[in-house]
Amino acid sequence: MSAPSGLPEADAVSYDVTTVRADFPILGQTVHGRPLVYLDNAATAQKPRVVIDAVDRFFREQNANIHRGVHALSAQATVAYDEVRAKVRAFINAREDREIVFVRGTTEAINLVAQTFGRGIGSGDEILVSEMEHHSNLVPWQLLAGQVGAVVKPAPITGEGELDLDALRAAFTPRTKLLAVTHVSNALGTVNPIAEIVSEAHAHGVPVVVDGAQAVPHIPVDVAALGCDFYAFSGHKMFGPTGVGVLYGRAELLEAMPPYQGGGGMIASVSFEGTTYAPIPTRFEAGTPAIAEVIGLGPAIDYMYEVGFEALMAYEAELVDYAVEQIGAVPGVRLIGTPETRVGVVSFVMDAAHPHDVGTVLDQDGIAVRAGHHCSQPVMDHFGVPATVRASFALYNTPDEVDTLVQGLHRVNEIFG
Amino acid sequence: MADLNELYQSVILDHNRSPRNFREISDTPHHAEGHNPLCGDNLRVWVELDGDVITDASFIGNGCAISKASASLMTQAVKGKRVSEAKELFTTFQKLVTGQASPQESKDILGKLILFAGVSEFPVRVKCASLSWHTLNAALEDAPEAVTTE
Repeated sequence: MSAPSGLPEADAVSYDVTTVRADFPILGQTVHGRPLVYLDNAATAQKPRVVIDAVDRFFREQNANIHRGVHALSAQATVAYDEVRAKVRAFINAREDREIVFVRGTTEAINLVAQTFGRGIGSGDEILVSEMEHHSNLVPWQLLAGQVGAVVKPAPITGEGELDLDALRAAFTPRTKLLAVTHVSNALGTVNPIAEIVSEAHAHGVPVVVDGAQAVPHIPVDVAALGCDFYAFSGHKMFGPTGVGVLYGRAELLEAMPPYQGGGGMIASVSFEGTTYAPIPTRFEAGTPAIAEVIGLGPAIDYMYEVGFEALMAYEAELVDYAVEQIGAVPGVRLIGTPETRVGVVSFVMDAAHPHDVGTVLDQDGIAVRAGHHCSQPVMDHFGVPATVRASFALYNTPDEVDTLVQGLHRVNEIFG
Repeated sequence: MADLNELYQSVILDHNRSPRNFREISDTPHHAEGHNPLCGDNLRVWVELDGDVITDASFIGNGCAISKASASLMTQAVKGKRVSEAKELFTTFQKLVTGQASPQESKDILGKLILFAGVSEFPVRVKCASLSWHTLNAALEDAPEAVTTE
């Protein structure tokens, strides 16, 4: 359909943020008498009504354990649970449903890989970990290294807060057994060129574990195109419930891995003489999983498709550019991390006040930001700061909210200046 | 509604900007390190004792306005006090910032430190105000381990 003559062609991308906001009940409330300005999305995102309703409906009408009972409710719950697995497979373009393991969150996903796949790593081997990792993609590797006598080697970042790709290339040695890297930095917003990094690592025969927690709410993820061996993310950062996360692993790798936890649901048969384990992914899902939360993750994925990645990416890119420009223009502000490709996060410090004091002042204006080290202390050390203020954005934030934040920062300067 | 002016009183802002006794005491065995792992704040506290009297107190550290001002005012408050009096100050201060005691009933003991009464309206900031006191306590007890708020 073409636009009426005389008018410019409508944007291919149309985005109605007011409609989007109306889907998130929590955004309508006031905090300290001011409209909530929620800019702590990198910590956890708010939930659309479809997700809240799905979890509510499950407990009201559908609650039963899965893969157990022959009764109707159990059968329905099992179907609903497995349908979300298929939905996640499509969401990240994995080849098979069995490559999708439900876990508690990104942290558990990475610990699972470290404690199972990681058993192939031995004394003197090297685990390469980028300097911009969240502690959840560093500490599990340190634990493993301590257990087996391996070494965790940092892959450095630049002054802009980007991964130093030349240094990374040079860091591979014949002893390198694994690379752990984030898709998007939770502290800086930097988007790493994962496909390029993976092909470099694979050229050295090194498998790659990707922390995708901060990527999935902002960009479409295609694990086939990225080529990574493992990809981990959390439901709650992509508008789904807490307590559910996903580990994607290439089927041939998952099949070769021993179980993570033992218990019900992960076995084929059990006797005192010996136990055989269930095929993947069930082998890694011991015990009753977060059934309601998995079922709530389904509509979160549907919601993101409904909004549309193309539209939300264009909208968020403009919003974050505006935030970077406006926040950066406040006197006494220093932006921490100035990567070329960024999504979601703007981190900064102020001459006038410590991030905690900034956070407290902003909170009084109803603005929720994170102040601290963001579980990324090596990143803070790299920039020589103990902490930053982090404003993190999602598909429902607006330029007006950026303006409110900037007014709050001026108030910080007034109080502490 | 909690009032920012109650929290960030001018004396607190002044001590944040120019902390007093912000130095090391090199020849005392009584010192300790304090750490708030959630926010990354850390500070070191030194005390010099003559018998059980605190003859000097100092600190160096990195932190928010509340933690820095609290440490600064603390070093002033404990100087010349007996160890037992400093510990009573700590207990009373802790009650004030957690809202268990009113400024009125604490002011005879706390003096200037009642400026921190506003902290009780900001529960997440209580640890900022009390970190230096926990660290002082450790220094007085010659605790070898760094103290932490967690």
